Amino acid sequence: MNAPAFNENLHLLNGNHAVAWGVRLAKPDVAPLYPITPQTPILEKLIDFQSKNEFDAELLTPESEHSAMAAAIAASATGARVFTATSSQGLLLMHELLHYASGARTPMVLFNVNRTPGAPWGFWPDQIDSLSQRDTGWIQFYSENPQESLDTVIQAFRISEAANLPVMINHDAFYVSHSIEPVNLPSAEVVDGFLPRIPREFQLGDDSGRSLGAPLDQAGWNLTRQDMDVAMQGVERLTAAAGGDWAKLTGRPAAPLELYRCEDAEVVFVTMGSMCGNAREAVDRLRENGIAAGLLKVRLFRPLPAEALREALAGVPCAIVLDRNYSPGTGGVLHQELKAVLFGIETPPRLHGMLAGVGGVNVPVETIEKLAAEYRNAAPSAQPIWVE
Amino acid sequence: MEKIDYRDEGRFCSGHVACAGCAEAISMRVILNAVGEDTVGVIVPSCTAVILGGYPMSSTKTSFIHGTLESAGAFASGVKRALRAQGRDDTTVLCLAGDGGTYDIGLQSLSSAAERNEDILYICFDNEGYMNTGGQKSSSTPHKAATGSTPLGKPTRKKNMIEILAAHRIPYIATTSPSHLSDMAAKVKKAKSIRGTKVIFVLIPCLPGWGVAENAAVKTARLGVEAGVFPLIEVEGGVKYSLTVDQKTRRIDDYLGEQKRYNHLSDEDRRELQEEVDDTWARLLARAEAGE
Ligand SMILES: Cc1ncc(C[n+]2csc(CCOP(=O)(O)OP(=O)(O)O)c2C)c(N)n1
Ligand code: SF4
Ligand SMILES: [Mg+2]
Repeated sequence: MNAPAFNENLHLLNGNHAVAWGVRLAKPDVAPLYPITPQTPILEKLIDFQSKNEFDAELLTPESEHSAMAAAIAASATGARVFTATSSQGLLLMHELLHYASGARTPMVLFNVNRTPGAPWGFWPDQIDSLSQRDTGWIQFYSENPQESLDTVIQAFRISEAANLPVMINHDAFYVSHSIEPVNLPSAEVVDGFLPRIPREFQLGDDSGRSLGAPLDQAGWNLTRQDMDVAMQGVERLTAAAGGDWAKLTGRPAAPLELYRCEDAEVVFVTMGSMCGNAREAVDRLRENGIAAGLLKVRLFRPLPAEALREALAGVPCAIVLDRNYSPGTGGVLHQELKAVLFGIETPPRLHGMLAGVGGVNVPVETIEKLAAEYRNAAPSAQPIWVE
Repeated sequence: MEKIDYRDEGRFCSGHVACAGCAEAISMRVILNAVGEDTVGVIVPSCTAVILGGYPMSSTKTSFIHGTLESAGAFASGVKRALRAQGRDDTTVLCLAGDGGTYDIGLQSLSSAAERNEDILYICFDNEGYMNTGGQKSSSTPHKAATGSTPLGKPTRKKNMIEILAAHRIPYIATTSPSHLSDMAAKVKKAKSIRGTKVIFVLIPCLPGWGVAENAAVKTARLGVEAGVFPLIEVEGGVKYSLTVDQKTRRIDDYLGEQKRYNHLSDEDRRELQEEVDDTWARLLARAEAGE
């Protein structure tokens, strides 16, 4: 993303504090929070805002992320706007309830800081924590930088409340969570206007006497998933609309996918999160050296924008997926997803799956440049390739 | 014979699916009635969840969210905070859970809610086992009782949840029994009037799980109270203990005799269980007499 134009709303914030600002502006009613490195600065900043009377959500500090998510679901079901944040072990501890939240169609925003899960213990940027939750029915965004994290938090509340589906936004540990950049803070009026309160069709404690989540028969359960499918299919459009409106208000676009210099590209990198920064730089250098490279950034990962991905990659001779995650037994998750999406199209790219940056190892611009040189004319292998 | 002064507000409906003769149905009727209309409920997997009914039916006019087994305290906290954020702090949040959902898998989230003194009314239907899954032991299962997972009798004693909760210094803890319905209604109403975390344990003799005759659930519960196996008490502020029924008028044999789960006991076993009851009762009495 281009450096924001200088103005008085520009603040130097790290990624996590940018998230906290987004949350403060979105004004959730309830926020259950549990600390974990490297998410903790989000929690700390929100508690700091609250202690200065700048943020008046009901803050809950339960004994675990599991209970944080349980409280979040119950609060959302009772009509509250809800935010929570976690990382790695905490997200994985929530797993049972992630399914519950989407099944109960409870809107909420969860911010996850992508971190390696143990064992062995590590605190490093790696996206397998959230990618392994891809089947839980959550909308998933991956953010590249602090500004995008703030903007996505605000847009996510609108998307979540329109789709009645929970949203998980992810940014990489340290590379984004702790790196300080100039961030433009939108005004409270802009955010209030962007995020009106929509009355719920049903909430616990209304006078309908209806219950939520009671057991039902096979056909009924099946229908809940068909309903969810319809809702999921509307998310890409909601994301584009929210991003379009946000761009009108702030000048910052936010689409499900971002294409950078992909016109006439002979090789396109496909990746998510902080990796996009170095990949963009590599694209510029490759183009300077006469290699027509491009970058396809996947911002919305669930639901996967399948048609848009096909359109972006059809006819491109070669695509190199940079996966900062490793799914044992298959390879990179984004690589798998792209293989599925591109299967059967007429002119698919040669698709290379790179395990780049697993465990948080740095992937310098030069490494990405070299991948283009080495693989752009090579036949793809079925096995993933570990990038040194 | 006790005369019951009771007017039903129709919060619990007929057509529920409790086992015929289960004392939980009548307990739910009394509790939902005592709590009244301005209530939001949380229920976690248990016989109670089944009794509340499957979609689209419900045996109660109160809205319930069917949460996850280990999260009753956390779900109730979330409902309460959302209501408070909407200016509805006077709405009662009623949380129903079994002993498995309270003593075992839900202990962590309950302890956390109690530590924060969340304003919730938590009822544990204590049938001393995992009955919804076919009658396995829980940590509430008493010493020597046979269950699906302790066919030779449970080798350890029932976990003392009262003392665990009292250690959290929550404002109100009580026990009650379907054999004492006026007591049940009174304790629920009292709990409802107090701010903070309130926990009430209701003894539910489980017909198939304990091997009790279809017409003997309430009688068995009464024998449990009279034998002092399930003393009816209140604990205020975690320190002030009082006995609702201050006499132990039977030997444990009368209680054990109603239940097939104790069929295998030897005379020696019975003596041992009687000693345990006597000891627990003496400690309780001493506490109540000390005024704390
Ligand atoms: C995480 C999880 N593990 C296991 C279960 C299966 N399960 C449902 S009810 C139940 C037993 C509950 O026992 P208790 O709380 O005593 O209620 P009861 O059935 O005896 O009324 C179990 C183990 C579950 N729902 N969730
Ligand atoms: S299984 Fe036991 S506790 Fe459950 S409804 Fe039947 S009798 Fe009641
Ligand atoms: Mg039980």
